[in-house]
Amino acid sequence: MIDARGQSCPIPVVMVQDAVKRGNSPAELQVKVDAMVCVENITRYAATVGYTVTVDEADGEYTLTLKK
Amino acid sequence: MENEVKLTKLAKCAGCGAKVGAGVLAQLLGDMKVRRDPNLLVGFDKSDDASVYKVTDDLALVQTVDFFPPIHDDPYTFGQIAATNALSDVYAMGGEPKLALNIMAVPKDMPAEAVHEILRGGYDKAYEAGAIITGGHSILDDEPKYGLAVTGFVHPDKVLTNSGAKPGDVLLLTKPLGIGVLTTAAKVGMASAESMARAVELMTTLNRAARDAMVKYRVHACTDVTGFSLMGHGLEMAQGSDVELRLDVGAIDLMPEAVELARIGILPEGMYRNRSFAEPYVDPGDTELCRQDVLYDPQTAGGLLIAVDPADAEPLLAELQGAVPSAQRIGTAEPYRGGKRIFLR
Repeated sequence: MIDARGQSCPIPVVMVQDAVKRGNSPAELQVKVDAMVCVENITRYAATVGYTVTVDEADGEYTLTLKK
Repeated sequence: MENEVKLTKLAKCAGCGAKVGAGVLAQLLGDMKVRRDPNLLVGFDKSDDASVYKVTDDLALVQTVDFFPPIHDDPYTFGQIAATNALSDVYAMGGEPKLALNIMAVPKDMPAEAVHEILRGGYDKAYEAGAIITGGHSILDDEPKYGLAVTGFVHPDKVLTNSGAKPGDVLLLTKPLGIGVLTTAAKVGMASAESMARAVELMTTLNRAARDAMVKYRVHACTDVTGFSLMGHGLEMAQGSDVELRLDVGAIDLMPEAVELARIGILPEGMYRNRSFAEPYVDPGDTELCRQDVLYDPQTAGGLLIAVDPADAEPLLAELQGAVPSAQRIGTAEPYRGGKRIFLR
Protein backbone atom coordinates (compact mmCIF):
# COMPACT_ATOMS: atom_id res chain seq x y z
CA MET A 1 0.00 0.00 0.00
CA ILE A 2 1.38 3.37 -1.03
CA ASP A 3 0.38 6.12 1.36
CA ALA A 4 0.35 9.38 -0.59
CA ARG A 5 -1.99 11.24 1.77
CA GLY A 6 -0.87 14.76 2.52
CA GLN A 7 1.18 14.94 -0.67
CA SER A 8 0.17 17.54 -3.22
CA CYS A 9 -0.15 16.59 -6.84
CA PRO A 10 1.69 15.60 -8.94
CA ILE A 11 3.73 13.83 -6.21
CA PRO A 12 1.20 10.98 -5.60
CA VAL A 13 1.02 10.01 -9.29
CA VAL A 14 4.83 10.07 -9.44
CA MET A 15 4.95 7.76 -6.37
CA VAL A 16 2.66 5.33 -8.20
CA GLN A 17 4.76 5.54 -11.36
CA ASP A 18 7.89 4.76 -9.35
CA ALA A 19 6.18 1.81 -7.65
CA VAL A 20 5.03 0.38 -10.99
CA LYS A 21 8.56 0.68 -12.41
CA ARG A 22 10.29 -0.65 -9.29
CA GLY A 23 7.89 -3.58 -8.99
CA ASN A 24 8.17 -4.36 -12.71
CA SER A 25 4.45 -3.73 -13.34
CA PRO A 26 3.00 -5.66 -10.38
CA ALA A 27 -0.39 -7.34 -10.96
CA GLU A 28 -1.98 -5.32 -8.17
CA LEU A 29 -1.19 -2.09 -6.41
CA GLN A 30 -3.01 -0.02 -3.79
CA VAL A 31 -2.62 3.66 -3.07
CA LYS A 32 -4.24 6.01 -0.56
CA VAL A 33 -4.69 9.70 -1.46
CA ASP A 34 -6.74 12.56 -0.05
CA ALA A 35 -7.50 14.75 -3.07
CA MET A 36 -9.72 14.18 -6.08
CA VAL A 37 -7.08 15.61 -8.42
CA CYS A 38 -4.74 12.77 -7.36
CA VAL A 39 -7.47 10.18 -7.99
CA GLU A 40 -7.94 11.56 -11.51
CA ASN A 41 -4.22 11.80 -12.29
CA ILE A 42 -3.49 8.26 -11.04
CA THR A 43 -6.50 6.91 -12.98
CA ARG A 44 -5.16 8.48 -16.20
CA TYR A 45 -1.70 7.03 -15.65
CA ALA A 46 -3.11 3.60 -14.72
CA ALA A 47 -5.22 3.47 -17.90
CA THR A 48 -2.21 4.40 -20.04
CA VAL A 49 -0.08 1.55 -18.65
CA GLY A 50 -2.89 -1.01 -18.78
CA TYR A 51 -4.39 -1.15 -15.27
CA THR A 52 -8.04 -0.98 -14.34
CA VAL A 53 -8.80 1.15 -11.30
CA THR A 54 -11.42 0.90 -8.57
CA VAL A 55 -11.84 3.74 -6.10
CA ASP A 56 -13.20 3.50 -2.56
CA GLU A 57 -13.99 6.69 -0.70
CA ALA A 58 -14.26 7.07 3.05
CA ASP A 59 -14.09 10.32 5.04
CA GLY A 60 -12.49 12.33 2.24
CA GLU A 61 -9.80 9.71 1.68
CA TYR A 62 -9.60 7.58 -1.42
CA THR A 63 -8.17 4.08 -1.75
CA LEU A 64 -7.32 3.21 -5.34
CA THR A 65 -6.80 -0.41 -6.35
CA LEU A 66 -4.94 -0.88 -9.62
CA LYS A 67 -5.21 -4.28 -11.31
CA LYS A 68 -3.62 -5.65 -14.48
CA MET B 1 24.96 31.57 -9.10
CA GLU B 2 22.58 29.07 -7.46
CA ASN B 3 19.29 30.43 -6.19
CA GLU B 4 19.06 30.35 -2.45
CA VAL B 5 15.27 30.21 -2.45
CA LYS B 6 13.29 27.67 -4.46
CA LEU B 7 10.40 29.99 -5.16
CA THR B 8 7.91 27.43 -6.48
CA LYS B 9 8.33 25.38 -3.27
CA LEU B 10 6.67 28.29 -1.48
CA ALA B 11 3.65 28.20 -3.79
CA LYS B 12 0.61 26.00 -3.29
CA CYS B 13 -0.65 26.43 -6.88
CA ALA B 14 1.37 27.41 -9.90
CA GLY B 15 0.73 30.67 -11.77
CA CYS B 16 -2.70 31.04 -13.33
CA GLY B 17 -3.56 27.59 -11.97
CA ALA B 18 -4.14 29.46 -8.70
CA LYS B 19 -7.17 31.22 -10.18
CA VAL B 20 -10.58 30.82 -8.56
CA GLY B 21 -12.80 28.85 -10.95
CA ALA B 22 -14.97 30.79 -13.41
CA GLY B 23 -18.17 29.20 -12.13
CA VAL B 24 -17.37 30.08 -8.51
CA LEU B 25 -16.59 33.68 -9.43
CA ALA B 26 -19.90 34.18 -11.23
CA GLN B 27 -21.73 32.91 -8.13
CA LEU B 28 -19.75 35.14 -5.76
CA LEU B 29 -20.42 38.28 -7.79
CA GLY B 30 -23.94 37.50 -8.94
CA ASP B 31 -25.84 39.68 -6.47
CA MET B 32 -23.48 42.64 -6.08
CA LYS B 33 -24.85 46.15 -6.34
CA VAL B 34 -23.23 47.76 -9.38
CA ARG B 35 -23.79 51.33 -10.56
CA ARG B 36 -24.87 51.72 -14.18
CA ASP B 37 -22.85 54.10 -16.30
CA PRO B 38 -23.19 54.51 -20.06
CA ASN B 39 -19.47 55.21 -20.32
CA LEU B 40 -18.59 51.79 -18.91
CA LEU B 41 -18.08 50.00 -22.21
CA VAL B 42 -16.97 46.67 -20.73
CA GLY B 43 -17.75 45.52 -17.19
CA PHE B 44 -17.87 42.23 -15.35
CA ASP B 45 -21.13 41.02 -16.92
CA LYS B 46 -19.47 39.49 -19.99
CA SER B 47 -16.55 37.85 -18.11
CA ASP B 48 -14.07 39.86 -20.17
CA ASP B 49 -10.32 40.31 -19.67
CA ALA B 50 -10.38 43.93 -18.53
CA SER B 51 -12.84 46.73 -17.91
CA VAL B 52 -13.06 49.60 -20.38
CA TYR B 53 -14.34 53.07 -19.54
CA LYS B 54 -14.93 55.78 -22.13
CA VAL B 55 -13.37 59.11 -21.16
CA THR B 56 -13.90 61.04 -24.39
CA ASP B 57 -15.11 60.14 -27.88
CA ASP B 58 -11.63 59.05 -28.86
CA LEU B 59 -10.17 57.79 -25.59
CA ALA B 60 -11.12 54.92 -23.30
CA LEU B 61 -9.31 53.56 -20.25
CA VAL B 62 -8.57 49.86 -20.00
CA GLN B 63 -8.06 48.52 -16.47
CA THR B 64 -7.00 45.13 -15.25
CA VAL B 65 -5.19 43.41 -12.40
CA ASP B 66 -3.48 40.05 -12.21
CA PHE B 67 -1.14 38.46 -9.69
CA PHE B 68 -0.19 34.96 -8.58
CA PRO B 69 2.28 32.81 -6.63
CA PRO B 70 5.64 31.82 -8.18
CA ILE B 71 5.51 29.67 -11.28
CA HIS B 72 9.28 29.64 -11.66
CA ASP B 73 12.15 29.27 -9.19
CA ASP B 74 14.18 32.13 -10.59
CA PRO B 75 12.82 35.39 -9.12
CA TYR B 76 13.71 37.53 -12.14
CA THR B 77 11.95 35.09 -14.48
CA PHE B 78 8.92 34.93 -12.18
CA GLY B 79 8.71 38.74 -12.18
CA GLN B 80 8.81 38.83 -15.97
CA ILE B 81 6.13 36.13 -16.29
CA ALA B 82 3.77 37.81 -13.83
CA ALA B 83 4.12 41.14 -15.63
CA THR B 84 3.71 39.59 -19.10
CA ASN B 85 0.54 37.92 -17.87
CA ALA B 86 -0.90 41.09 -16.32
CA LEU B 87 -0.12 43.27 -19.35
CA SER B 88 -1.74 40.72 -21.63
CA ASP B 89 -5.30 41.60 -20.59
CA VAL B 90 -4.86 45.10 -22.02
CA TYR B 91 -3.59 43.69 -25.33
CA ALA B 92 -6.53 41.30 -25.42
CA MET B 93 -8.89 44.31 -25.41
CA GLY B 94 -6.97 45.81 -28.34
CA GLY B 95 -5.39 48.40 -26.06
CA GLU B 96 -1.92 49.65 -25.22
CA PRO B 97 -0.71 49.48 -21.60
CA LYS B 98 0.52 52.83 -20.22
CA LEU B 99 0.61 52.79 -16.41
CA ALA B 100 1.11 49.97 -13.94
CA LEU B 101 1.25 49.41 -10.18
CA ASN B 102 3.08 46.57 -8.45
CA ILE B 103 1.11 44.20 -6.23
CA MET B 104 3.30 42.06 -4.06
CA ALA B 105 3.14 39.66 -1.14
CA VAL B 106 6.43 38.75 0.52
CA PRO B 107 7.30 36.23 3.25
CA LYS B 108 9.11 37.86 6.16
CA ASP B 109 12.28 35.83 5.65
CA MET B 110 12.54 36.17 1.88
CA PRO B 111 15.98 37.53 0.93
CA ALA B 112 15.90 41.16 -0.20
CA GLU B 113 17.85 40.21 -3.30
CA ALA B 114 15.09 37.82 -4.43
CA VAL B 115 12.42 40.48 -3.89
CA HIS B 116 14.51 42.93 -5.87
CA GLU B 117 14.88 40.43 -8.72
CA ILE B 118 11.11 39.78 -8.92
CA LEU B 119 10.52 43.52 -9.17
CA ARG B 120 13.30 43.92 -11.74
CA GLY B 121 11.58 41.27 -13.89
CA GLY B 122 8.33 43.25 -13.68
CA TYR B 123 9.98 46.58 -14.47
CA ASP B 124 11.84 45.14 -17.45
CA LYS B 125 8.65 43.73 -19.00
CA ALA B 126 6.68 46.90 -18.34
CA TYR B 127 9.49 48.87 -19.99
CA GLU B 128 9.44 46.55 -23.01
CA ALA B 129 5.66 47.07 -23.23
CA GLY B 130 6.06 50.85 -23.20
CA ALA B 131 4.33 51.13 -19.81
CA ILE B 132 5.50 52.89 -16.66
CA ILE B 133 5.34 51.34 -13.19
CA THR B 134 4.46 54.26 -10.96
CA GLY B 135 4.25 52.60 -7.56
CA GLY B 136 2.51 49.74 -5.87
CA HIS B 137 1.67 47.99 -2.66
CA SER B 138 3.25 45.10 -0.80
CA ILE B 139 2.18 43.09 2.23
CA LEU B 140 3.68 40.31 4.35
CA ASP B 141 2.34 36.84 3.57
CA ASP B 142 3.54 33.22 3.94
CA GLU B 143 3.32 32.67 0.21
CA PRO B 144 5.02 35.10 -2.18
CA LYS B 145 2.85 36.64 -4.88
CA TYR B 146 3.48 39.21 -7.58
CA GLY B 147 1.63 40.95 -10.34
CA LEU B 148 0.50 44.28 -11.73
CA ALA B 149 -2.57 46.45 -11.88
CA VAL B 150 -2.40 47.87 -15.39
CA THR B 151 -4.09 50.85 -17.02
CA GLY B 152 -4.04 51.21 -20.78
CA PHE B 153 -5.66 53.21 -23.53
CA VAL B 154 -7.81 52.20 -26.46
CA HIS B 155 -10.01 54.07 -28.94
CA PRO B 156 -13.63 53.53 -27.78
CA ASP B 157 -14.63 52.31 -31.26
CA LYS B 158 -11.71 49.87 -31.42
CA VAL B 159 -12.34 47.94 -28.21
CA LEU B 160 -12.06 44.20 -28.75
CA THR B 161 -14.28 42.25 -26.39
CA ASN B 162 -14.62 38.50 -26.07
CA SER B 163 -18.30 38.75 -27.02
CA GLY B 164 -18.25 40.12 -30.55
CA ALA B 165 -17.51 36.96 -32.55
CA LYS B 166 -19.76 36.50 -35.60
CA PRO B 167 -20.81 33.33 -37.42
CA GLY B 168 -18.25 32.65 -40.13
CA ASP B 169 -15.33 34.20 -38.23
CA VAL B 170 -12.02 32.38 -38.37
CA LEU B 171 -10.34 31.61 -35.03
CA LEU B 172 -6.62 32.23 -34.67
CA LEU B 173 -4.35 31.45 -31.72
CA THR B 174 -0.90 32.94 -31.11
CA LYS B 175 0.90 30.66 -28.63
CA PRO B 176 1.07 26.86 -28.21
CA LEU B 177 -0.76 25.17 -25.32
CA GLY B 178 0.61 23.01 -22.49
CA ILE B 179 2.33 25.56 -20.24
CA GLY B 180 0.38 24.48 -17.14
CA VAL B 181 1.23 20.81 -17.63
CA LEU B 182 4.92 21.59 -18.12
CA THR B 183 5.19 23.82 -15.06
CA THR B 184 3.41 21.14 -13.00
CA ALA B 185 5.86 18.51 -14.29
CA ALA B 186 8.77 20.81 -13.50
CA LYS B 187 7.77 20.72 -9.81
CA VAL B 188 8.76 17.05 -9.74
CA GLY B 189 11.63 17.32 -12.22
CA MET B 190 9.70 15.62 -15.02
CA ALA B 191 9.83 18.37 -17.65
CA SER B 192 12.82 18.36 -19.97
CA ALA B 193 15.14 21.36 -19.89
CA GLU B 194 14.27 22.12 -23.54
CA SER B 195 10.52 22.14 -22.92
CA MET B 196 10.84 24.27 -19.79
CA ALA B 197 13.02 26.75 -21.67
CA ARG B 198 10.32 26.90 -24.35
CA ALA B 199 7.60 27.37 -21.70
CA VAL B 200 9.54 30.22 -20.09
CA GLU B 201 10.11 31.83 -23.47
CA LEU B 202 6.34 31.66 -24.12
CA MET B 203 5.40 33.01 -20.69
CA THR B 204 7.74 35.99 -21.07
CA THR B 205 6.66 36.88 -24.60
CA LEU B 206 4.34 39.88 -24.56
CA ASN B 207 1.15 39.67 -26.62
CA ARG B 208 2.09 43.07 -27.99
CA ALA B 209 3.06 41.88 -31.49
CA ALA B 210 -0.19 39.92 -31.76
CA ARG B 211 -2.19 42.99 -30.66
CA ASP B 212 -0.32 45.33 -33.02
CA ALA B 213 -1.05 43.01 -35.94
CA MET B 214 -4.70 42.29 -35.21
CA VAL B 215 -5.81 45.90 -34.76
CA LYS B 216 -5.11 46.46 -38.47
CA TYR B 217 -7.74 43.90 -39.49
CA ARG B 218 -11.47 43.30 -39.03
CA VAL B 219 -11.21 41.43 -35.73
CA HIS B 220 -14.60 40.92 -34.10
CA ALA B 221 -13.55 39.38 -30.79
CA CYS B 222 -10.43 38.64 -28.79
CA THR B 223 -9.45 37.16 -25.45
CA ASP B 224 -6.20 35.96 -23.96
CA VAL B 225 -5.95 32.29 -23.12
CA THR B 226 -4.88 32.11 -19.47
CA GLY B 227 -6.07 30.34 -16.33
CA PHE B 228 -9.42 29.16 -17.73
CA SER B 229 -7.67 27.42 -20.65
CA LEU B 230 -8.55 27.47 -24.33
CA MET B 231 -11.80 25.65 -23.54
CA GLY B 232 -12.86 27.96 -20.71
CA HIS B 233 -11.99 31.21 -22.48
CA GLY B 234 -13.37 29.80 -25.73
CA LEU B 235 -16.62 28.96 -23.98
CA GLU B 236 -16.88 32.51 -22.60
CA MET B 237 -16.36 33.83 -26.13
CA ALA B 238 -18.96 31.46 -27.58
CA GLN B 239 -21.57 32.26 -24.91
CA GLY B 240 -20.88 35.99 -24.92
CA SER B 241 -21.10 36.14 -28.72
CA ASP B 242 -23.95 33.63 -28.98
CA VAL B 243 -22.11 31.46 -31.47
CA GLU B 244 -20.64 27.97 -31.34
CA LEU B 245 -17.00 27.20 -32.00
CA ARG B 246 -15.75 24.40 -34.24
CA LEU B 247 -12.14 23.61 -33.43
CA ASP B 248 -9.81 21.52 -35.55
CA VAL B 249 -7.76 19.82 -32.81
CA GLY B 250 -5.11 18.72 -35.32
CA ALA B 251 -4.45 22.37 -36.18
CA ILE B 252 -3.92 23.43 -32.55
CA ASP B 253 -0.28 23.61 -31.47
CA LEU B 254 -0.17 21.35 -28.40
CA MET B 255 3.36 21.07 -27.06
CA PRO B 256 4.27 17.38 -27.66
CA GLU B 257 5.85 16.87 -24.23
CA ALA B 258 2.75 18.28 -22.54
CA VAL B 259 0.58 15.75 -24.38
CA GLU B 260 2.87 12.91 -23.27
CA LEU B 261 2.85 14.15 -19.65
CA ALA B 262 -0.95 14.42 -19.75
CA ARG B 263 -1.09 10.81 -20.92
CA ILE B 264 0.66 9.68 -17.72
CA GLY B 265 -1.44 11.84 -15.42
CA ILE B 266 0.90 14.77 -14.76
CA LEU B 267 -1.84 17.39 -14.74
CA PRO B 268 -2.49 20.53 -12.69
CA GLU B 269 -5.55 20.78 -10.48
CA GLY B 270 -6.70 23.80 -12.51
CA MET B 271 -7.15 21.52 -15.52
CA TYR B 272 -9.87 19.62 -13.65
CA ARG B 273 -11.50 22.87 -12.51
CA ASN B 274 -11.60 24.08 -16.10
CA ARG B 275 -13.07 20.76 -17.18
CA SER B 276 -15.89 20.90 -14.67
CA PHE B 277 -16.67 24.47 -15.76
CA ALA B 278 -16.58 24.00 -19.54
CA GLU B 279 -17.02 20.29 -20.26
CA PRO B 280 -20.85 20.31 -20.15
CA TYR B 281 -20.75 22.64 -23.18
CA VAL B 282 -18.09 20.78 -25.15
CA ASP B 283 -18.60 17.98 -27.67
CA PRO B 284 -15.15 16.32 -27.70
CA GLY B 285 -15.85 14.07 -30.73
CA ASP B 286 -13.23 11.35 -30.74
CA THR B 287 -10.44 13.60 -29.39
CA GLU B 288 -7.98 11.57 -27.34
CA LEU B 289 -8.28 12.25 -23.58
CA CYS B 290 -4.67 13.51 -23.22
CA ARG B 291 -5.21 16.03 -26.03
CA GLN B 292 -8.47 17.19 -24.47
CA ASP B 293 -6.62 17.63 -21.19
CA VAL B 294 -4.12 20.02 -22.80
CA LEU B 295 -7.04 22.01 -24.26
CA TYR B 296 -8.30 22.42 -20.65
CA ASP B 297 -4.80 23.16 -19.33
CA PRO B 298 -4.55 26.51 -17.48
CA GLN B 299 -2.07 28.73 -19.29
CA THR B 300 0.01 31.43 -17.64
CA ALA B 301 0.60 34.39 -19.96
CA GLY B 302 -0.91 32.42 -22.84
CA GLY B 303 -1.58 33.69 -26.34
CA LEU B 304 -4.49 35.57 -27.87
CA LEU B 305 -7.58 33.82 -29.24
CA ILE B 306 -8.77 36.00 -32.12
CA ALA B 307 -12.06 35.82 -34.05
CA VAL B 308 -11.43 37.55 -37.37
CA ASP B 309 -13.60 38.24 -40.42
CA PRO B 310 -13.01 35.35 -42.85
CA ALA B 311 -11.89 37.77 -45.58
CA ASP B 312 -9.07 39.01 -43.33
CA ALA B 313 -8.05 35.65 -41.86
CA GLU B 314 -5.26 34.82 -44.30
CA PRO B 315 -3.58 38.24 -44.34
CA LEU B 316 -3.71 38.45 -40.51
CA LEU B 317 -2.38 34.90 -40.17
CA ALA B 318 0.44 35.74 -42.57
CA GLU B 319 1.31 38.85 -40.55
CA LEU B 320 1.24 36.92 -37.27
CA GLN B 321 3.60 34.25 -38.62
CA GLY B 322 7.08 35.07 -37.43
CA ALA B 323 5.77 37.84 -35.15
CA VAL B 324 4.18 35.60 -32.51
CA PRO B 325 5.42 32.31 -30.97
CA SER B 326 2.97 30.14 -32.93
CA ALA B 327 0.39 31.50 -35.38
CA GLN B 328 -2.39 28.96 -35.78
CA ARG B 329 -5.69 28.86 -37.63
CA ILE B 330 -7.65 26.62 -35.26
CA GLY B 331 -11.29 26.74 -36.34
CA THR B 332 -14.36 28.84 -36.98
CA ALA B 333 -17.31 30.43 -35.21
CA GLU B 334 -20.71 29.22 -36.46
CA PRO B 335 -24.36 30.14 -35.79
CA TYR B 336 -25.49 28.69 -32.47
CA ARG B 337 -27.91 25.82 -32.96
CA GLY B 338 -28.66 25.25 -29.26
CA GLY B 339 -26.91 22.59 -27.22
CA LYS B 340 -23.12 22.39 -27.07
CA ARG B 341 -20.99 25.49 -27.59
CA ILE B 342 -17.66 23.97 -28.62
CA PHE B 343 -17.16 21.08 -31.05
CA LEU B 344 -13.76 19.38 -31.27
CA ARG B 345 -12.95 17.64 -34.54
